[in-house]
Amino acid sequence: MMVHPRFLLTGVAVALASSLVLTAATTPQQPPAPQAPQQPSEIQLVIKGGTGAPKLAVPDFIPLSTDPDAREAAQTLGEVLWADFAFEREFNMIPRTENRNVPPATSLEAVAFDRWKELGAEAVIMGAVRKDGDKMTVQIRLYDINQQKAVLSKEYSGAATNPRVFAHTIADEVHKQQRNLNGVARSKLTFASDRDGEKIKGPIEERSIKEIYISDYDGANQRRITVNRSLNITPVWSPDGKAIAYTSYRRRNTPDIFVSYIYEGRPPETPAKGTDYIHNFLPAWSPDGTRIAFMSNRDGNPEIYVMNRDGSNVRRLTNHPGNDATPTWSPAGNQVAFTSDRTGTPQIYVVDADGLGQPRRITTTESYADRATWAPAPYNEIAYAAKSGPGFDIHVYDLASGQTRQVTNGEGTNESPAYAVNGRHIAFTSTRSGKVQIYTIGRDGVGLTQITKAGNNYHPNWSH
Amino acid sequence: MPRRTSSVVVVLLAVVLMAASACGPKKPPIARPTSPPPGGTTAGARPPAPPEPVVEPTPVPPEPGVSGVDTIGDRSLDDINKQSPLQPVFFELDSSEVSAEGQKTLAANAEVLKKYPSWVVSIEGHCDERGTAEYNLALGERRALAARTYLVSLGLDAGRLRTVSYGKEFPFDPNHSEDAWAKNRRAHFVVTAK
Repeated sequence: MMVHPRFLLTGVAVALASSLVLTAATTPQQPPAPQAPQQPSEIQLVIKGGTGAPKLAVPDFIPLSTDPDAREAAQTLGEVLWADFAFEREFNMIPRTENRNVPPATSLEAVAFDRWKELGAEAVIMGAVRKDGDKMTVQIRLYDINQQKAVLSKEYSGAATNPRVFAHTIADEVHKQQRNLNGVARSKLTFASDRDGEKIKGPIEERSIKEIYISDYDGANQRRITVNRSLNITPVWSPDGKAIAYTSYRRRNTPDIFVSYIYEGRPPETPAKGTDYIHNFLPAWSPDGTRIAFMSNRDGNPEIYVMNRDGSNVRRLTNHPGNDATPTWSPAGNQVAFTSDRTGTPQIYVVDADGLGQPRRITTTESYADRATWAPAPYNEIAYAAKSGPGFDIHVYDLASGQTRQVTNGEGTNESPAYAVNGRHIAFTSTRSGKVQIYTIGRDGVGLTQITKAGNNYHPNWSH
Repeated sequence: MPRRTSSVVVVLLAVVLMAASACGPKKPPIARPTSPPPGGTTAGARPPAPPEPVVEPTPVPPEPGVSGVDTIGDRSLDDINKQSPLQPVFFELDSSEVSAEGQKTLAANAEVLKKYPSWVVSIEGHCDERGTAEYNLALGERRALAARTYLVSLGLDAGRLRTVSYGKEFPFDPNHSEDAWAKNRRAHFVVTAK
């Protein structure tokens, strides 16, 4: 992996830490103005592991004020930061239970190098937390234990309401500096859920509604963002993270694409302009956020269309009497993969995003394949849900080799895969624990994490 | 009006009673059953409180071609949809083709809809859980559209026939069996206006 040691950080990294407020009338808090730059701390170096990935310890942070909030934040930061590193598997993590063998530090500079070395650690992150009213300041030092020196030294400040976002920011920064990896610790998930148990009247019996939720990538901070007591499904983040597009039946029980700017007070947009007879489903943002691909019945049959974000310039990508459904964009935004049953069973096809040229079928060994999700670079692959016994499993098709591999292995039924923006993880739904829940897993099938536990949860999508 | 009706009823009652006593027990009374007057006797006493007027429902004249009494059109939308005269059309796995049996069902539904020309219906396309959630949205749409197209071919106004795909979101039978799946692969008719 490429690293840039000459990249010298001189400033104080601030914010990205301000907690996002979801109430309708408020806008996200602006990041606080950067403080006066400090002197450059240390020349950054990449910590090498003796064998394999470097062994990293993350003890609790040091509370610099005595209030309970600071002490709690200090522990939370240590726990969350450790979990963020464990998630990306770029470091060999020293179990946190081992930390008790090392006396708690009283300052960032008082590092018990010998004791950490005894535990096998090659790197340790020391952190300190100070709380001033509703603000929090966090300092960190990443130490190379063999060289006994700091290779990264930073300070962050922001709202004290959510210490987890400080940990996520630190994890992303350390991953970038040490491993040249774009971590996803600050990314978010969105999904549909029936957890509120609300019902609407059906023709025969009541029907469970679904609303759209968001959460941190690790499942923390789950919050509902639609309140329309209707069916709301298939949410997708806009690439700029400001909006979520989804399929909603909120207006006259007719499916249409709604775009909600979740941090702003304005009403949602309906760029596909659905009517009682024109139905629009399954939005998918182009990687640059300027266009939305979707499925519509407007020409009398489910077909794939692309429109500009504001609804202008609608173009039809498919033209076949079969079902064409579930679009997803290539990372470069020049192709769209979708599902079609034109040869008898649902299979994944790829077509140019300008609608010219013929669709090319890519799944040839599956009896049923749907919900393609195209991996971001550098992974040249498409994941999808494939029929497997009585249910579905997540399979991955390698576009270069044409080979297929399995990510899940028949535990429950597994559907609706969605890649993380760094391509290393896949969110999906599974019934392996009973109800339908959201999980994340590495693209190699390792590192299963359960994200939701309440109610049934569907259609996960990962923010950039 | 109510007062006059009541006095007529009282007078009639008195006449009937007198007739009964005059003719003896051999002749049965001709009167229809009515509630007995309150109190023991009527003779000489003040007129009792007028009994509640008995109103018999007037049957709606049957429409041509339908035998018996038709009350469907009078029901609320809720009641119509709970015991709907419009039957669902069922589909094979992963298919939106209307079968011969489905065509018969749709022909019967078309007759009902012709009889009630003001009814507007929503044709809901549903799928079983064995398909994926996303693709089932397309399949449900096609099932609803297939039913609608067939009804239009039978002469129904397309403007009365909305469609909506619910994919596998709202199964009619939540069980995981062949029976349940067969029930859930359907175009379901809901009367939304009448």
